[in-house]
Amino acid sequence: MNALVELVEVSKRYTDASALHPTNLSAVCGKTTVLIGPSGCGKSTLLRLIIGLVEPDSGAITFNGLRITTGNIDMLRRRIGYVIQEGGLFPHLTARANVLLMARHLGKSHSEMRTRLMELCELTRFSDNFLERYPLELSGGQRQRVSLMRALMLSPELLLLDEPLGALDPLVRAALQKDLKEIFVRLGQTVLFVTHDLAEAIYFGDEIVLMNEGRIVQQGSIVNLRERPANPFVSEFINAQRRVALT
Amino acid sequence: MKLAFVISFAAAFSNLAASPVVIGSKKFTESYVLGEIAKRALNDAGVPTEHRQGMGGTIILWQALYGEQIDAYPEYTGTIAQEILKTDRALSLNEIRDALAKFGVGITESLGFNNTYALVIRRTEAQRLGVRTISDLRNHPELKIGLTHEFLARHDGWQPLRDRYGLPQQNVIGIDHALGYAALANGSIDVKDAYSTDAKIAEYDLIVLEDDLKFFPNYDAVFLFRLSLRPDAIAALRRLEGTLDEKRMTTLNAEAERTKNYTRAASLYFEGGARSTTSAFGESFPHKLSRWTLRHLQLAGVSLALAVLIGIPLGIFASRGGPVGHTILGFAGMVQTIPSLALLALLVPLPFFGISVRTAIAALFLYGLLPIVRNTASGLQDIPRSLRESAVALGLSPAARLWQIYLPMASRSILSGIKTSAVINVGTATLAALIGAGGLGEPILSGLNLNDHVTILEGAIPAALLALIVQWLFDLLDRVLIPKGLRL
Repeated sequence: MNALVELVEVSKRYTDASALHPTNLSAVCGKTTVLIGPSGCGKSTLLRLIIGLVEPDSGAITFNGLRITTGNIDMLRRRIGYVIQEGGLFPHLTARANVLLMARHLGKSHSEMRTRLMELCELTRFSDNFLERYPLELSGGQRQRVSLMRALMLSPELLLLDEPLGALDPLVRAALQKDLKEIFVRLGQTVLFVTHDLAEAIYFGDEIVLMNEGRIVQQGSIVNLRERPANPFVSEFINAQRRVALT
Repeated sequence: MKLAFVISFAAAFSNLAASPVVIGSKKFTESYVLGEIAKRALNDAGVPTEHRQGMGGTIILWQALYGEQIDAYPEYTGTIAQEILKTDRALSLNEIRDALAKFGVGITESLGFNNTYALVIRRTEAQRLGVRTISDLRNHPELKIGLTHEFLARHDGWQPLRDRYGLPQQNVIGIDHALGYAALANGSIDVKDAYSTDAKIAEYDLIVLEDDLKFFPNYDAVFLFRLSLRPDAIAALRRLEGTLDEKRMTTLNAEAERTKNYTRAASLYFEGGARSTTSAFGESFPHKLSRWTLRHLQLAGVSLALAVLIGIPLGIFASRGGPVGHTILGFAGMVQTIPSLALLALLVPLPFFGISVRTAIAALFLYGLLPIVRNTASGLQDIPRSLRESAVALGLSPAARLWQIYLPMASRSILSGIKTSAVINVGTATLAALIGAGGLGEPILSGLNLNDHVTILEGAIPAALLALIVQWLFDLLDRVLIPKGLRL
């Protein structure tokens, strides 16, 4: 199993007490790795380190065997898709302009962009009638579909999703979960998926990484975590969420 | 060799370009009228001439002449000795001529009248109190005295006059010359300074208090001119020597104040002489209005364009915070706290500026800067962090992030800053008339000098309308320039 992204002894300290302790992690090609844990556990920080929104204090991050530096980060960002909870769509651009932004910046041809856009609309089940709408004219679920299209536009090798469904109501969320999973399978996409919802983690995760207080506590399949918890926090976290789901 | 050629060519060219002779005048009726007379006399002599009316007080006019922004202006011998040459001694005309030559400035002989400073009082009040001379004021410490700001500060003005006569009055205020006459008429003040040829003295039934200690020197009216002025222009000025006595000057002043038309008053001087070929009579109101408005728009427009070109980049730097950002915002904020009049006054003595349109534009530019810098900075800072990060995470280059994402998102804030600056500039541009830069402030200033409300409104109403139109145009511009997605 070859790793697309590898973090080796990466750490990050913030001015407030929170910190990511030296951490090792790899995202395996074609698999969905889910990062889960309570808020402030460092799971979003891991994604932000990979996409270069924060720089590590120590350690190394490699992408396809290439070490990420400030010199090559802009080039690598174009090979990585990134979706955040609020979508991150630019309000002054239409859905179409948001999706095509990078392709236009790189000077792709019109026909190439049109073909890709139609593919993406079909893939994400987004009606092309809505392409001329501005983000404020779209529903939350539609916005996340556009955000996903934007992330997939350049056919990235890696997709980073930071609680992409966190702000959606349950029905929309369930529909999108199903669609996302299909897309990942269809594309054979390598995904790093951050969530705090265990059911979502179980639904998506080929591999589940449980984090707490800036450290990876345990990593493996859900069966692995449930049957052989590494410490009391693991069973506590899993049981707490299961109790909520049952009541 | 080549350089010398370029310089001489440039000099020849600038001589050609700067062809009209510029006459300046001070901010009171008689100076306006003398300026108009000189303009007409030079034009009649075939010398293209323009007249910058009411540029300010003695020092401003002298600096403008010395700084070659004007070529000639009417002055008084006593003022030259006291204010320009800074001597307490009475100087003969020849002594003055020798002293001025060192500055490259020449002087005509007397125009024929002595417009001395004087203190005036209502005739009824003078009779009631039995006051006839300045010495008599000693017995009436309760009298309220209103003086022009220039007289309050002059070496031959209030302080030495009070010391010489031992005057006891404590109640002394500074007031504009024309407004002072109105204040005297309605009893707000009892005594004010005047020029002995003021038409208002007769109009308001005032009497001149006799200068019994001979404090005031002679104030013979003359023209000062640059010695480098073309000889035919100097000759035309010198033909005015000895042609105006006190009575005639008072009549011309009265005519100017009655008709509110300096050109017409000046033309009285020429009546009986050769008729001017060019019509020197006053321009029509629509013509004047369009001239003022165009100049006003030019002042406000050029300064606004500069403020936009420089303010937006400064705002971008300022939005990044840190010491540089704080310095930029601090500087722009500080400029805004300087009163607009003071800012003009501060710029006038600087080498490049002086009495000119440049100075007015520079001052307006500095005023317009803060709203644009501040709104650009805050508009950029208000962009949510998640959207900034999205732009970075996409891999857009820094320039593309700025032009395609950040500036469009801040466009509403930036435009509203530009709108604020535009409205401020249209309003403040009325002050440009104080330094002879023209615009709609010109009638406002003349109206203040003449205490004439109609003339004030001729400038004030168009200026207010202009500000409203500018506001409306920018509201229209908002719809064109702010992206649709931000207006939902």
